[in-house]
Amino acid sequence: MDFTIFLIQILNSLQYGLLLFLVASGLTLVFGIMGIINLAHGSFYMIGAYLAFALTSLTGNLMLAIVLGLPLAFIFGALLEWLLFAHLYKRDHLEQVLLTYGLILIFEELRSLAIGDDVHGVNIPALFSASIPLSDTLSYPVYRLLISAVCIALAVGLWWLMQRTRLGMMIRAGSHDRDMVQALGIDINLLYRTVFALGVALAALAGMLAAPISSVYPGMGGSVLIISFVIVVIGGIGSVWGALIAALLIGFADTFGKVLVPEFAGLAVYLVMAIVLLWRPEGILKKG
Amino acid sequence: MKQARRNAVRTLAALTVGALLPIGAAQAAEKIKVGLMLPYTGTFAALGTAITNGFKQYVAEQGGTLAGREVEYFVVDDESDPAKATENANKLVKRDQVDVLVGTVHSGVALAMAKVARDNKTLMIIPNAGADELTGPLCAPNVFRTSFSNWQPGYAMGKVAAEKGHKTAVTMSWKYAAGDEASNGFAKGFEASGGKVLKHLTLPFPNVEFQALLTEIASLKPEAVYVFFAGGGAVKFVKDYEAAGLKNSIPLYSSGFLTDGTLAAMGGSGEGLLTALHYADGLENAKDKAFRNTYATTYKLQPDVYAVQGYDAAQLLKAGLDAVKGGKLEQPAMIKAMEAATIDSPRGAFTLSKAHNPVQDIYLRKAEGQENKVVSVAAAKLADPARGCRM
Repeated sequence: MDFTIFLIQILNSLQYGLLLFLVASGLTLVFGIMGIINLAHGSFYMIGAYLAFALTSLTGNLMLAIVLGLPLAFIFGALLEWLLFAHLYKRDHLEQVLLTYGLILIFEELRSLAIGDDVHGVNIPALFSASIPLSDTLSYPVYRLLISAVCIALAVGLWWLMQRTRLGMMIRAGSHDRDMVQALGIDINLLYRTVFALGVALAALAGMLAAPISSVYPGMGGSVLIISFVIVVIGGIGSVWGALIAALLIGFADTFGKVLVPEFAGLAVYLVMAIVLLWRPEGILKKG
Repeated sequence: MKQARRNAVRTLAALTVGALLPIGAAQAAEKIKVGLMLPYTGTFAALGTAITNGFKQYVAEQGGTLAGREVEYFVVDDESDPAKATENANKLVKRDQVDVLVGTVHSGVALAMAKVARDNKTLMIIPNAGADELTGPLCAPNVFRTSFSNWQPGYAMGKVAAEKGHKTAVTMSWKYAAGDEASNGFAKGFEASGGKVLKHLTLPFPNVEFQALLTEIASLKPEAVYVFFAGGGAVKFVKDYEAAGLKNSIPLYSSGFLTDGTLAAMGGSGEGLLTALHYADGLENAKDKAFRNTYATTYKLQPDVYAVQGYDAAQLLKAGLDAVKGGKLEQPAMIKAMEAATIDSPRGAFTLSKAHNPVQDIYLRKAEGQENKVVSVAAAKLADPARGCRM
């Protein structure tokens, strides 16, 4: 591997890591901070991707689709919380697993009924469809770099929200002691509804942004679910920076695993997870 | 020795059939019980439906019967789940006592089905699954295939790539049986005609993060690239290949599944891709035209290669039934007739190899708009080498 190629592989790792952070960010909120074992996270991602497909077909522009789709996903998340998840906070984790697993099946079947089982594509907006030449044979799509930029902005935004705002303070307090927060006169139900809806909107945003490069297909939610949990767990449950570091670590492990030890590339990610958890059982940056 | 064993197997088969028949014969002497074990939900649902449609279309063309027998269907959704495959196949064979198992799409499921078929001496027709083993080391007198082996389109593509003057190639697929078999076929075809495969790149199934391997392709600078991907992964790969700027510098070749049913989703990225498969759009034969017209009017859908494979499964079964007239379903006679049959397929007529895999023309196709237009015959009357088949 010559040096240029090595540098390009590092770029690939960073870019993939950031994309993984984007995909896992919704779960950081819902699982990491609210403590709900949300197996339907992948479904929200899938819903986002299909929203992008449907709205792009309708409006002809992905950016417009995202602007329209985000509030839709947020409202959908709030409704879902009001209808189902609100009843689960004080219950056993097993019941959360059952409900969210059920939701996977329902969403997948609804998707099949509404849109069908074909593979669909979403076009990259013309503004970002160019590629930047890197070597004589290889160039890099601008859209991927754009996604990376969005991910970095998102990481900073999430951190700021959680650590530097009053809302973030209330959320963190609520995740420690619901009853005490309520006793202090904060509407904990509304607070949780907002956070959950935000988590769903983030998962959907990830699906929408990834739709042009990943294509839109049945079962796409399942492909991101496990990796999202891996990232949240090794990052340290509840930590935004931890999730970012974990995502980058996985990005590097996956990219260089494929290049250097293709026979065991499937293991690389889980090997990293095992090592990190042996070293720090609570994850890289455990909060509280 | 081999002959003796074969005779023993046949006798055993005849005895089993003979022992079972009186029960069946008492209620339904005329009927043929067909067990359709195909995916009707999940990723491959559309394929299962197309195969079923094709099969039923041929039966309908025969006036609703096969060789004069009424067809009774027993349908199981295999969900493309290998873990449930043995149980599902057993349901059809043991509970419903079907005369023939038809299925399936997913190779892992088909392998489990074939084991049940072998153990119970049930006739089986595979209308898609391409695993080489099915008509290789695991071949059996009662197991037939009307589709292809993964090796076939790969080999034909390798031959064409070498004929186009490429000297070096890199192959790439998911790390699973189908990908390895197809890439292996490509390497055989390519190297037999003087090319050299530099490297076989793999990534774990169903991972679709191709960037690292695309970078490696760019650094290896081969003259051609062969890939085996299907479905959502195929769409993503073709888009990424173009976005990485490789489409214009290194020609991309593939087995036909890359561009079957995925061209719309690829947008313009798929335009002009060359692929090899045993079926194509724009074949100039009357059988294909008639087939496509009937299919389109009956199901309000455009037929695809899967529908053709289902249609041919029914044709092959009829060839077997013709041999036993209206009488008992004697398996040895049926197998003999099926082995000797020439199937008048929409893809062009084909016969079966000794291992029961189609000996067929593999077409070179070019993606134009939403169609994979036939360019030429990449390999005529290509037979799978059936390595490891002793029959």
